[in-house]
Amino acid sequence: MSSFRAFVIKEFKQIYRDKRTLVVLFGMPMIMMILFGYAIRNEVENAQVVVLDASQDEVTRQLISKIDASNYFSVEGSIQRYDEIETLFQQGSVDEVLIFEADFARKLKRGGQPAVNVITDASNPNLAQLIQQYSSSIIIDFQQQWSANGGTGPGGISTHANMLFNPQLESVNLFVPGLIAVILMLISSLMTSISITREKEMGNMEILLVSPLRPMQIIIGKVLPYLVLSFVNVLTILALAQWAFGVPFQGSYGLFLLESVLFIFMALALGVLISTKAEDQQTAMMVSLAGLLLPTVLLSGFIFPISSMPMVLQWISNLIPARWFLVIVRSIMLKDSGLLFIWKETLILLAMTLGFIALSIRSFKVRLE
Amino acid sequence: MNEELAIQANDLTRKFGDFAAVDQISFEVSQGEIFGFLGANGAGKTTAIRMLIGLLAPTSGKASVAGFDVYTQAEAIKRKIGYMSQKFSLYTDLTVWENIRLYGGIYGLSEDNIKAKAEELLSSLQLESVRDKRIGSLPLGWKQKLAFSVAMLHEPDIVFLDEPTGGVDPITRRQFWEQIYQAAEEGTTVFVTTHYMDEAEYCDRVSIMVDGKIEALDTPAGLRQAYQADDIEDVFIELARGADRAE
Amino acid sequence: MRTIKFLLQKEFLQIFRNKGMLPIIFLMPMIQLVVLSFAATFELKEVDVHLVDFDRSATSRALVTKMQATGYFNIQSHSQDVDDGIRMMRSNDIQLALVIPQHFERDVTSGSPTSVQLNIDAVDGSTAGLIQGYGRSIIQDFSVEVQPQIKQIQQQRRRAGINIIPANWYNPNLDYIKYMVPGILVVLVSMIGMFLSGMNIVREREIGTIEQLNVTPIKRYQFIAGKLLPFWIIGLFELVVGLLIARLGFNIPFVGSVLLLLAIAGIYLLVVEGIGLFISTITSTQQQAMFIAWFLMVVFILMGGLFTPIESMPGWAQDLTLFNPVAHFIKIMRMVLLKGAGWAEVQHLVGILTLMVVIILPAAIFRYRKSTG
Repeated sequence: MSSFRAFVIKEFKQIYRDKRTLVVLFGMPMIMMILFGYAIRNEVENAQVVVLDASQDEVTRQLISKIDASNYFSVEGSIQRYDEIETLFQQGSVDEVLIFEADFARKLKRGGQPAVNVITDASNPNLAQLIQQYSSSIIIDFQQQWSANGGTGPGGISTHANMLFNPQLESVNLFVPGLIAVILMLISSLMTSISITREKEMGNMEILLVSPLRPMQIIIGKVLPYLVLSFVNVLTILALAQWAFGVPFQGSYGLFLLESVLFIFMALALGVLISTKAEDQQTAMMVSLAGLLLPTVLLSGFIFPISSMPMVLQWISNLIPARWFLVIVRSIMLKDSGLLFIWKETLILLAMTLGFIALSIRSFKVRLE
Repeated sequence: MNEELAIQANDLTRKFGDFAAVDQISFEVSQGEIFGFLGANGAGKTTAIRMLIGLLAPTSGKASVAGFDVYTQAEAIKRKIGYMSQKFSLYTDLTVWENIRLYGGIYGLSEDNIKAKAEELLSSLQLESVRDKRIGSLPLGWKQKLAFSVAMLHEPDIVFLDEPTGGVDPITRRQFWEQIYQAAEEGTTVFVTTHYMDEAEYCDRVSIMVDGKIEALDTPAGLRQAYQADDIEDVFIELARGADRAE
Repeated sequence: MRTIKFLLQKEFLQIFRNKGMLPIIFLMPMIQLVVLSFAATFELKEVDVHLVDFDRSATSRALVTKMQATGYFNIQSHSQDVDDGIRMMRSNDIQLALVIPQHFERDVTSGSPTSVQLNIDAVDGSTAGLIQGYGRSIIQDFSVEVQPQIKQIQQQRRRAGINIIPANWYNPNLDYIKYMVPGILVVLVSMIGMFLSGMNIVREREIGTIEQLNVTPIKRYQFIAGKLLPFWIIGLFELVVGLLIARLGFNIPFVGSVLLLLAIAGIYLLVVEGIGLFISTITSTQQQAMFIAWFLMVVFILMGGLFTPIESMPGWAQDLTLFNPVAHFIKIMRMVLLKGAGWAEVQHLVGILTLMVVIILPAAIFRYRKSTG
C-alpha cells in the first residue's frame, strides 16, 4: 500500500510540475466557456429582412413594423423589383424577403386573402426553417389582433404558449450544460489515454509492471490526478455558468456533483480503454480527439436535438455517453429534476463506466500474456 | 583560426541558470586525430559536444569546428561533421536501408553514391543481412552500428561519437574501433566520448572532464606517467574522486 | 528540392507503416462524414405530447386529431392535471403539454374567444420555437376551418386572413444534408490535418529523432516543407474522396467550379497545417501540442458557422471570425458548391486565407530551431 501511495504522489507531482500543461488544463475550459457562452447562439437574432411592398398601405406598414420590432428580425430596407432578390441572396447579406401583393389592406378588409410571400435563403436550411416559422408566427399573431380590432368581433381560437424552464429561450442555458459535457469528456479521456500511452512509448510501463505495484494500482494511480483535475474544472465551469452567464441552477448541487463525478469516471475509463488499445501517443490522441470530438458535439444533443435526427442516428446516439450526461445536467440545472426523474440516464452512465472498465481490464490482461 | 586544427575551443562555457554544465573548457584537436573525451556521467561531455555541433548555443567562450565559428557558422559546420548521439535517434519504424537513404539524401549524395556508400558500410559492419529490417526490431548493438554508418555516410571531416559503444558487446566494440581507426587513417578527425577506460588507450590524446572542467589532457601514456598510474582507469578514478556531480 | 523529396519519402513510409493510424486517418473521417451529416438538423420530427383536455368534446377531439394528423405531434398520454405534464417534462418524456380549456366547444360554437395553451419544454429554445410555430399554425388553421360550419352568415368575413406563401430558395425542400456535408467535410479534413501536423515535429523531439536531423545541413524551410507536404497531399486526397462521397452518395449538386474549390483548398490546407506545425514548434510534448491544437479546433469549429449561424453571434464574436480559417473555408465551400459562386464572389475570402499562409508558414519556419538557445 505504501508503494501505491508513493506512486500516486509521484503522479500528482509530475502533473503539477508541468506548469504549461496545467495552465492549459485549467485555462482552456474557462476560455471556452466564456467564448462559447457568449458567442454560440442558435436562436435567431436580427435575421436580415428586406421587403418588396407592392401595396404600401397601413396594414402592410403595421405588419412590417411588427416584424421589425421582434427580436428575431430586423428589416434592412426595401426593394422594388423581384429580380433584385437573387442578387441579394447571392451576396449573402439578406436572409429573408417578404413580398406583399398589391391592394393588401383593401383585400383584407373585403374579406379576401391577400398573399404575403415569405422567401428565405435556404442555402442554410436550418436557419431558413426557423425564420420561416417565426415569420408565420408573427403574421398569424398580427392577423388575430387585426381581426379582433377590425370589428369582426371577438371569437376564434387563440393560442397561448408558455415557454417552460427557459422562458427567454436563451441558448446559453442550453449550451452551458453541453459545454460541461464536451469539456469533461475530452479532457478526461484525452489526458488519461495520453498519459498512459506515453509511459508505454517511453518504455516506463515495463518498469512499472515489474514493480510491486499491481496493474490495477498503476491505472488508478494514473487516473486519480485527472479525476481531481476534472472535478476542479467542473467547479470552475459551474461558477462561471452561474456568475458570468446567470444560467439558473434550479436543482440540487449535491446531485449535480455526484453525477459529474460519475461522468468523469466514465470518461477516465474510456481513456484507459483507448490507451490499452493504442500503440503510441499519436494513435491514442487521434482516437480521443478526432474520433470523439465531432460525435460528442453532434450526437449528444449539444446543438442539434436528438429527436430531430433520423431513427438510425437516434439509435447510434444512445452509444454516446455525453448524450445521457447532457440530459442529466439540463434536467438538474433547468428543471430541478431529482434522481427520481433521471435514474434511467444515471444507470446507463454507470453501466457504460463498468463496461469500459471491464473491457480495459480484459485487453490489459491480453497484452500481458 | 588555425587551418591545421579540426576543433578549437577557448573558455567554452554553457550555463543553465546558475549551473555551469560546461565551465570554461579549452582544447585543440588536430586533423586526423582520435580525441578521447572522458568524464563521469553528468560531467558535461554531452553538453560540450552539443555546443560543438551546433545543437546548443554556448553561453560564452569561443570555439571553431573545421575552421567555422560555432556561433555564426553552425550550418557550415554541419556540412563537415558526422554525429552519433548517445540516445539512439534514427527512425525505428524505417528499415536500415531507408534510414541510410534518407540521410544520404539530406547530405546531398547522389542515388548511386548513396547505394555504393551504403553497401560499403553495411558490409564492413556486417549489417547486410538486416538491410531491409525495421530498426525497431534490431538489438542495440546493431542499432549502434547503423547509427555509426549514418554518421560516416557523407565522409565527414570530423565525426563526433557520443558513447558509441555504450551497451554493446565486446565483439561489436572491436569492430567499432577498427572502423574508427580506418576513418582516422583516411584523414577523418574522431571526437569520441566513452565510458570504457580501455578504449581510452586507443585514442591519440585523452581529456578527462570533471564537474564541467577539463582536469587533464594528454596522450594516454603521458597521463599514466603524470599520475603515476598503471592505466587510464586509475587516472580517472584519481581525478573523479573530488567530483561533486558524480553519481 | 531533392532534400525535400527524401523527407517526403520518409514521412510517407512512416505514415503508411503505422497500421494503427491508417484507419484513423483515412477511414474514420469518411465514416463520420457519412454518419454525422445526418445529425445536424433542427427539423421537427415528432413531438411527444401530454394532453390535458378539460372539454372532452367533439371539437376538442377534432383539434387533437388534426394535430396528430400533421405527423408533428404524438399524444403520449393524457390526464386532467397539467402538473402531470410538467412532471413528465422533468423526466424528459414529453416536450409539450397541450391544454384545451373547459367550454372549448361551447365558446367556439358561440363565437366567443377561447384559448388553447401550449406548455412547451423550452430548454432547447430553437426546438421550442418550432413547436410553438407549428402548433400555432395548426390551431389557426383549425380555427378558420371550424368557423364556417358554425356561422354561415359570417363565413365570408371569417375567411378573411393573410395567406402566407412560403418559399425556400436554393434548397426548396430544406434539405439540411446538402448544407451540412460540405461543412462537416471541411471540419474533418482540417482536424486530421492540424492534429497530424501538430503532433509531428514535437513527436520527433520527444522521441529524440530530431537530434540526428538537426546536425545535418538541412535548411529550415526544407524541414518545414518536408513536414507540411505529406499532410497537405493527404488532406487534398481526403477532400477529393469526401467530395466524391458528397456527389455520388449524397447527390449534392456541384453548382460551382470544383477546380476553383480545389485550388482554394490547397491554400486553405497550408493554413491549418501551418498552424499545426507552428504549435508543434512551440511545445515540448505531444500532450501539450494536442491540447492546444484541440482547443483551437473546437473554437474554430463551434465559431465557424458550421452548426450555428455566424449571424446569430454577437458583433465582437463575428469580428473574431476574421481570424478563423475554418469559417472562411466552410463559407467558400458552401458558396461555390451550393450557390455556384465564382472567383469574383470568393476572392476576398481567398485573400484572407492567403494572408494567413504568408503569416503562419514563415512563423513556423522561424520558430523551428535547429539548436537550443
